[in-house]
Amino acid sequence: MLNFLLKRIAAIIPTLFFVSVLIFGLQQLLPGDPAIAMAGEERDPNVIAYLRGKFHLDDPLPVRYWYWVSGVFHGDLGDSVRIQKPVVELIGEKLPVTIELAVLAMTIALTIGISAGIVSAVLKDTKWDYAANIFALWGLSTPNFWLGILLILLFAVKLGWLPASGYVSPFEDLKANLAAMIMPAFVLGNAIAAVLMRHTRSAMLQVLSSDYVRTARAKGLDERVVVLRHALRNALIPIVTLGALQFGELLGGAVLTEQVFSIPGFGKLIVDAVFNRDYSVVQGVVLFTATAYITLNLLADIAYFAINPRMRA
Amino acid sequence: MKITFRRSRKGGNPARKARAFAWIPAFAGMTLLALTASAQTLRIGLAEDPDVLDPTLARTFVGRIVFAGLCDKLFDLDENLKIVPQLATGYEWSGDYKALTIKIRPGVTFHDGEKLDAAAVKYNLERHKTMQGSNRRGELAPVASVDVVDPATVRLNLSAPFAPLLAILTDRAGMMVSPKAAQAAGEKFGAKPVCSGPFKFGERVAQDRIVLERFPNYWNKGAIHFDKVIYQPITDSTVLLANLKSGQLDLIERMAPSDVPALQADKRFKVAKIVEIGYQGITFNINKSDLAQKNPAGKDPRVREAFELSLDRDAIVQVAMSGEALPGNQWVAPTNSWYAKNVPIPKRDLARARALLKEAGVPNASFKLMTPTTSDAQRVAQVVQAMAREAGFDVKIESTEFSTTLNMADKGEFEAFVLAWSGRPDPDGNLFSHLACKQPLDYSGNCRADMDDLINKSRATVDPAARLKLFEQIAAMEAKDRPIVYLYHRHWLWGYTNKLSGFRPVPDGMIRLQDLKLN
Repeated sequence: MLNFLLKRIAAIIPTLFFVSVLIFGLQQLLPGDPAIAMAGEERDPNVIAYLRGKFHLDDPLPVRYWYWVSGVFHGDLGDSVRIQKPVVELIGEKLPVTIELAVLAMTIALTIGISAGIVSAVLKDTKWDYAANIFALWGLSTPNFWLGILLILLFAVKLGWLPASGYVSPFEDLKANLAAMIMPAFVLGNAIAAVLMRHTRSAMLQVLSSDYVRTARAKGLDERVVVLRHALRNALIPIVTLGALQFGELLGGAVLTEQVFSIPGFGKLIVDAVFNRDYSVVQGVVLFTATAYITLNLLADIAYFAINPRMRA
Repeated sequence: MKITFRRSRKGGNPARKARAFAWIPAFAGMTLLALTASAQTLRIGLAEDPDVLDPTLARTFVGRIVFAGLCDKLFDLDENLKIVPQLATGYEWSGDYKALTIKIRPGVTFHDGEKLDAAAVKYNLERHKTMQGSNRRGELAPVASVDVVDPATVRLNLSAPFAPLLAILTDRAGMMVSPKAAQAAGEKFGAKPVCSGPFKFGERVAQDRIVLERFPNYWNKGAIHFDKVIYQPITDSTVLLANLKSGQLDLIERMAPSDVPALQADKRFKVAKIVEIGYQGITFNINKSDLAQKNPAGKDPRVREAFELSLDRDAIVQVAMSGEALPGNQWVAPTNSWYAKNVPIPKRDLARARALLKEAGVPNASFKLMTPTTSDAQRVAQVVQAMAREAGFDVKIESTEFSTTLNMADKGEFEAFVLAWSGRPDPDGNLFSHLACKQPLDYSGNCRADMDDLINKSRATVDPAARLKLFEQIAAMEAKDRPIVYLYHRHWLWGYTNKLSGFRPVPDGMIRLQDLKLN
């Protein structure tokens, strides 16, 4: 096991190096001079010259890369030029918001998606099946920003039940936090639920027609037990994998949804940073997200190793 | 010339005093009510997220809106763009206009309790001039040195007379920060600014909110009726409006022109508007790079004249801005006292436009119009394209992300560019940097010694009548060459709950918190 772990950790180092080069290199492809973007309305040539010097913009690319990477080694991802805050601090501010949104969205997606998938499979070719399929089609084809704005107009403007946008920390006011997060979480969860529903349906249909399910039924087991205990448990394996992938994607930030609901998460942070050419923020956040992915992947490998005895052989 | 600002005082006859005493019980009750009412929060929706909150380094329009609650300035502007006192109480020009003596308001303290005196003003002006990366250095370039005359008086010594100076001191260059806090924080001052405005810095969650808290020792505390102000950046105009309508916000700035009729029809809200001090126009590359000579619009002033004559500014304003703008043809609006009346807005004349194109030998002149991806700019470009087509033009719109447009404009990699400018209170702020030779915002590459001479004279001429004469000459010159075809001046549009009173629209687009009340 130790060998396995060492191998996996050793593989992380070149991966992270490659990722950091990629992040840095891709950013250089963005058109527009960051010093001009940062110099603001006045575009004072002295300010532009100062910014170029401060951020080593006149240095060759490898030198600039070295400045950045050596900072990263010391835990310094740089400062946001636009708002003069360390990138590490910004990540600390945004991460809990993004995690909360991702968890809520996944909860909604799993609840709706799996239930609708089961109903659709068990009641195949009935009106419930058709209804679930229509729901899935709607979820897949509805643009997030459009649904978001419609929900705001209905629940915030017309009915006045929920705040139109913004974020309140759960430690400050849990009720207000949930009120602010429910719409964006639903918008995100709705799209994922549709995907999950389709996968749950097809996995369940496959499992329900298998021999062991027929045997279970022949034994005279209650249909509920057959579906939930015997069939669903096996059908869930691909769903869990898919859910984990979707969750990982959500952690990278939900750009449009965060923009519409003014949720100060990763997505909004990166988009604003790209438009303002706030390079340190873009590099820092993307590197952090990539590192988190790689780490989670490693943890999953370790968990798999621990769970599956055949791996230990 | 000596100008002193004073508050009016009433006489002290005994009968008036008696009446005053009779009001005491009622006054006490009203005070109690006022105190209850003052325990309130004002929530303001911003169309963008501000940049760094350090007046020396700050560079965005939206940042100035937050500064209006945080940092007082030496001078301020009123609704008519008149310069009024804030931290200064009066000023005096020397006979040769090469020194400006400013009297500082007594008894003002910064949020950290430090005293605001002449030494603090000197520190601030020198910080603006010398700090690395300062965006104020150019604005204060003519200020050669600052002397502390006495604790309540400073003198700004100029290298040459400089008419825009007072107006410049109504903006960030006139904002005073606590020297002690600024020295301690250095470059990081903007993360926790300490000024002397009505509200002190509370917290900032990037892209979410900026919270300001009432400063109890504010010199004009009677005008402040909130305990807290929260600024929330919401970039989508539909969501910004939805927040106002749902009661999440009390006031929003720069609302979309198309939302005005619906909000005006709703009795729960009010809309305030005023013509901006900036301008919207199309800048032609006439000399910025080789590209200028490779397209008819850059090469030949007759083509630019034909282009201008093909435009109907009233229709542009109606279609692209839902009527929420004032057509214009200069760097200041026709309603501005510095507008040169000798150069009126030309009327649309398609026959003349076609004739000019024929004369220039390009009846179907074609050029590329670089347009930022903002919805306003896109709409303007499309309307202009359709109008110019009727005269024979083939305008090709090139939509480009804003930061990239600036870079391309700077390098001269464009033929024409839809560009907006938020404006400065003194006309020089809309003129010098944009049209004087090789200045940072001279994207057109306009470079005429005779125009430069007039612009420089206008900067050194303090007498308003003489200055206006110079602007008339510059406007005539600009209208002949047309490096910039000015189109219109937007209305600053604010939407707010009808419970809010005391809102004063000022052409600089700022939100002044003094006298604002939620009833």
